[in-house]
Formats: sequence, structure tokens, C-alpha cells
Amino acid sequence: MQLEQLISKFQEKDVRSFEKLYEMYGDSMFGVIYNIVRNKEETEEVLQDVFIKAWNNASTYSAKKGRFFTWLLNIARNSAIDKIRSKNFKQGKQNLDAAFFVDILESYDNLDTKIDVKALKKFVDALKVTCKNLIELLYFKGYTQKEVSEELKMPLGTVKTNNRKCISELRKSVFK
Amino acid sequence: MDIEKYIASGILELYVAGSLSEKESEEVYEVIQTYPELKSEIEAIEGAFIKLAEAVGNQHKKTPFSTIKNSIDSPVIELKPVSKKVNWVGYMGWAASVAFLVGSLWMFNENKQLKEEIRVANIENSNLEDQIAKANESSKKMKELNTVLRAENIESITLTGQAISPNSYAKVYWNKQDNLAYVDVAGLPEPPPGKVYQVWSLTLDPLTPTNMGILENFTNTNNSEAFGITLEPEGGNDTPTLSQLYTLGAVKS
Repeated sequence: MQLEQLISKFQEKDVRSFEKLYEMYGDSMFGVIYNIVRNKEETEEVLQDVFIKAWNNASTYSAKKGRFFTWLLNIARNSAIDKIRSKNFKQGKQNLDAAFFVDILESYDNLDTKIDVKALKKFVDALKVTCKNLIELLYFKGYTQKEVSEELKMPLGTVKTNNRKCISELRKSVFK
Repeated sequence: MDIEKYIASGILELYVAGSLSEKESEEVYEVIQTYPELKSEIEAIEGAFIKLAEAVGNQHKKTPFSTIKNSIDSPVIELKPVSKKVNWVGYMGWAASVAFLVGSLWMFNENKQLKEEIRVANIENSNLEDQIAKANESSKKMKELNTVLRAENIESITLTGQAISPNSYAKVYWNKQDNLAYVDVAGLPEPPPGKVYQVWSLTLDPLTPTNMGILENFTNTNNSEAFGITLEPEGGNDTPTLSQLYTLGAVKS
């Protein structure tokens, strides 16, 4: 089935389409949330919350506004940030250093599974600091182009072109 | 439009990340309608990031879908009438009880959230009250100080830093009439733990130190010719430790 069909059936509250979408995007959303929340149990909580929100607000999605993936990504990032905000309130500030996804990947040593994490690790190792920060802020944290430009003290246009280079590198190491 | 150039600009990567404004995203959408070949490029960008994100979460198994399925409220919709004769009263009963259940859960949740909010607000409140009390206290002190400094017969003596701490300074304001001395130690370093600053009144010929006390609240009935401040063990000392003399200043005669 085409993705478009799947999404529109999902919007008509078809549970099986919902399940397919969950299989497609659940793992990556888990990664995005985990990168912010950094705790397995809480990540699971947020992940469930994200997909329930998606289900309940399915009608608000429109292809005109962007990719379905991007829509989910937004819900995931916002929910994860809400989670650590309420947590920070109780436990004092958590230090959110840049490019945490790199640390997570580096911490894995024994890897089998469907993804070639070894190759990704290699890729991440080879990445320039700029790329690590760009990917972390733009994709994992959901910064706008302008916010990234201010945070990394990089001209707006450079954010765009540098990020393109970084993602091209990522594509090479993922789809070879 | 030069579609290669459009791709090379990097706008599609930002589109997938969700970093474009709503208007910009709609523009990209329009371009895709005209150039459907962009779709495969977008899917490749999306797919690459998905792989990266999956790798980040890779060590953990995500929640099974059944858990999520249990949390979404579809059973009411799936009910099908068994016979053609619809038992409206029965359905109404079920609907009412489901509505009641959902309603109670919602209320319970709402109540929990409100309680949490109240708790947070209370904490913030008491923090603010603390701050107000502190501000009042400091304003009261400032007023007192102001009154002292503006008195007519007050004499100001500057104590300059000595060998042990050349950058230190202090000021003594001495009201000879009322036998009161005020010492301003803003220019002294924070004393190390277990130590206090002690103020001495000195007559110079012969050099006689008279203990005035450890910082603060002084009456000074001495015929002081100079003032000095030394660092002493907690509780104060009988005679000044001259190697720990921080500041010294003579009274103008």
C-alpha cells in the first residue's frame, strides 16, 4: 500500500493502518525521544503518549503542512521536551550538551539487529563536529534554521548548505 | 525552475527536519506537486535520518503495538447491532456508562494535573515571599546606614590594605558624640571558615590596641587615633595577630 493511502486510512481511524505506521516509525521515534529523555522507561511512556496523541489528532495532519514523518517527529520532540521540563523541575537542571546522539551510539558495542550500527558508528566517528551539532539540533532537537544559525554562530545560508553535505554523507553510509 | 539547484540548496533536508516555517513548507509542497521526482529525494533524506534515529534507540525494544491499541478508544465505534431491531435503551445505557467512565477518568486526570499545578504554584509563591522578605530586610538596612552616614558629626576613616592583602580596604564611620562606630567591610575578602575579622582601636604613642570586637555592632568610647582590622580565629582574640593585619587607617587629627 502507498504511504498516502495508509495515512488517509489512519486518519479514518483504521487501527490496522495505525499499526503499520507504528511499525514504520516507532523505532525511529523511540530513538529521537530517547536522545532527549535518556531513560528507557520514560522513553517508552513518551512514545506511547506520542502515538496516542497522533491517533487522537489524526485529522489535524495535512500533507500540505509537511511530511507525515515530520509531523510525528514534531509531536515526539515536543512531548519529550515537555517530559524533561517537568522532570527538571523536580530534580534540578539536567545538562543538555550538544550531539548526545553521538555519545549514545558510541556507547553501544555489541550490535546485531537490522541496522548496521557499526557502519553508522564509523560514520559518526568520521563526522565533523559541525555535522554532529547540525544533525542534533535540526533533527533531534527541532531547532529552526534561524535558531541553529544563532546557536552555532553560522550564517543562515551556511546552515542549509552544510546540513545538506552532512545528510549526503549520512545517506552514503546508510544506503550503500 | 532548475530542479537540481533546488535540491542542492539543502531546502529539502530542512523540510524533512521540520525546520521550515509553515509558509515555506507549503511552498515546498507546491514544488513537489509540479516536480514529483523530488519525492524520491525527500524519501532518501527521511530514510537516512530514520536509520540514524533507529540506531540511537537500537539497544531497546519499543513498546508492543497492543499496549497502544489498548489505550485508544475505539471499542465504542466497533460495536455492531446484533439484530435489526435496535435496542436504543440498551445502547443508551452502555453509551452513558462508557461516557461516565471516560468522563471520570478524564476528571481524575484533570484533578491530578490541577493538584500538581497548585503544588508548583505554592512553591513559587513561598519563593517569592522569601525574596520579598529579603528585599525588605535589605531595604531596612540601607535606610539605617543612610541615616548614620548623613549624621552631622560623623567622621569617615579609610583603612587601606596592608602587606597580607594589599587590595583590601575598609571604612570606619565614627560618631564621636554618640560613641558609635560603623565599619564597612565591603572591600575585605570573605573570611576563611573558622575565622572572623576583628576590629581594633589603636592609640599610636605608645602603640596600644584595644579590642573593639568581632564584626559588627560597636560602641567606641576609646580615644582612637587609628583603626585596624585583623583576621582572627572564631570568637575573637585578646591581642591582634599583626601578621594577619588586613587594613589600617589613621584618624585625622
